[in-house]
Amino acid sequence: MNALRVTTTRIFYAVLLLLAVLVLNFTMMHLAPGDVADTIAQSMGGADEETMAQIRADYGLDKPFIVQLGSYLGRVIRFDLGYSFYYNQPVTSLILQRLPATLLLVFTAQLFAMIVGVVLGVISARRPNGILSHFVTFISLFGYSAPVFWTGILLLIAFSLKIQWFPVAGMRDVTLEGGFWVQTLDIIRHMVLPTITLGSIFLALYSRLSRASMMETLGSDYVRTAKAKGLTEREVVYKHALKNALSPVITLAGLQFSAVISGAVLVETVFAWPGLGTLAFQSILARDTPTILGILFFSALMVIVGNLLTDFVLRLVDPRLKGRA
Amino acid sequence: MAPLLKVENLRIELATRAGVAPVIDNLNLELAHGESISFVGESGCGKSMTALAIMGLLPEGIGRVASGSIQFDGEELTTASPRRLRQIRGNEISMIFQEPMTSLNPVYTVGEQIAEVLRAHQGLGQKAAWAQAIELLDAVQIPNPKSRVEAYPFQMSGGQRQRVMIAIALACTPKILIADEPTTALDVTVQAQIFDLLRDLRAQTGTSIIMITHDMGAVAEMSERMIVMYAGRKAEEGPVDQVITHARHPYTSGLISCVPHIMANLTEERHDLTEVPGIVPGLSEFGQDLCLFAPRCPRASDKCLSARPPDVPFGSARSSACWHAEDL
Repeated sequence: MNALRVTTTRIFYAVLLLLAVLVLNFTMMHLAPGDVADTIAQSMGGADEETMAQIRADYGLDKPFIVQLGSYLGRVIRFDLGYSFYYNQPVTSLILQRLPATLLLVFTAQLFAMIVGVVLGVISARRPNGILSHFVTFISLFGYSAPVFWTGILLLIAFSLKIQWFPVAGMRDVTLEGGFWVQTLDIIRHMVLPTITLGSIFLALYSRLSRASMMETLGSDYVRTAKAKGLTEREVVYKHALKNALSPVITLAGLQFSAVISGAVLVETVFAWPGLGTLAFQSILARDTPTILGILFFSALMVIVGNLLTDFVLRLVDPRLKGRA
Repeated sequence: MAPLLKVENLRIELATRAGVAPVIDNLNLELAHGESISFVGESGCGKSMTALAIMGLLPEGIGRVASGSIQFDGEELTTASPRRLRQIRGNEISMIFQEPMTSLNPVYTVGEQIAEVLRAHQGLGQKAAWAQAIELLDAVQIPNPKSRVEAYPFQMSGGQRQRVMIAIALACTPKILIADEPTTALDVTVQAQIFDLLRDLRAQTGTSIIMITHDMGAVAEMSERMIVMYAGRKAEEGPVDQVITHARHPYTSGLISCVPHIMANLTEERHDLTEVPGIVPGLSEFGQDLCLFAPRCPRASDKCLSARPPDVPFGSARSSACWHAEDL
């Protein structure tokens, strides 16, 4: 019952937060110079004041700010994110077409970074002065300091152009014929480089954090107790130390959700990955306000849901958090 | 009968920034079957190091047994394989620690933490180990063991956690239980309960106990024999009542005089609390060929500063490492 109450409180706060994000996004968009009327006028090859005013009136852009905000919120609650005049289709369906590709990339990259990062962290924590540990530190520093788009381009040059292991761009080969497995394998081949690129920054964070966290738990009293029980090295490290060391890693994963999504914009652009990132990039260039707002809304939604999930997983790992707000 | 545990000429070296220091220097001791002895001394005298060495748990890469031997039931432990040591740890020799608050793993139930040692050493299955864990909780007098077995350590008090630690340590009915200041972190009423429990369990199982403490009261209550340690060396050894009534080492007399006296009548004039002046020397001072206690000793003479005193035997059971032991 307590757990249920905690969950409902969490969800209530999440909804409030989402609302705040919506208001903030809309306000900022409104404050920025230029609107869709400019873009339409531009594509028509220029327009006079009268035509501009007509366009603004047609799309409700001449109404007071508060009215525009109100009608925007009203529509979002009904999951109507407006109509993209640039792409000529409803924003919701536009985003839903692109969302799976981004989710696939973001989750795979997070999973890759987390698993490899924790494994590297644990290995180097057990021999903090070993060669492998120094190697992990070096890789982490490199991965963290190199800009994602640069890493992406280097990987492209190395593994798509010089050694032609992986495709250069896109998510699938449209000319490919074959059943489900052939298609899946094709998507996986397309995913390898973007996943490594997007994962590289986070890999560094995870490996450093799990190394530090693991070294702390390995020196703790309960690990000494586990050794005094005569348990094997494996049980001591993986059962007793690792489960305790995971909490900060999971917390970081939740915080990183937002960063992964912003990183996805760059990576998707480099690899022409047909996800929200490329959509965001194109619609910003086109000043396609409804689409940008829609993408912001979805990213906020993803971050908030990601945080709720993190919270939930943390409670599974650490019994001390059960039933606490 | 051969002693259960026999430590001979044990030297443990710690790698410090200033170089290698002998944290235990030429230590000899014996523990008989079913006997209870106490290691007494200030912090930093090597009591816990000795215990960790017996467990084979000296801090990796920092501490090592440099020479000497530790024989358990006739088996040499200093050269035993890690695999063999794991079989002994928690099974034939087990240990409870000073800090019950942090010695249990926060993310597992106490039942799991007890059951796991039974599965490791007794070959019990999940169910049998769990049932045994409930019985052990009952044996260490935790009320309502059937439901408490599923509690997490954070849901228990310090005294209860130490009881759980005792349950873990005694799960496989070990031949030796090492208790490293088991009550230091607990309040006084709980301390008495834990000592009662240890005494009862010892009577039931016949386990030998090594108590590490600086509480003279605990020594008198729990042990037959005591070993006073100072700066990594044995200062004095003997039956508890004899040592307390007639100490043969100035350090022992100092420790005993530090125990405050409870007076029957509060109007009586009170004695000042006494102390042993000075502090235990730093690790870098260890290992010199002189009496390391001399700088703090009221009886120190030139001889004390020129050579390390040997263990002088008094009768069959006592010894003292003091040049002036005969005069005391």
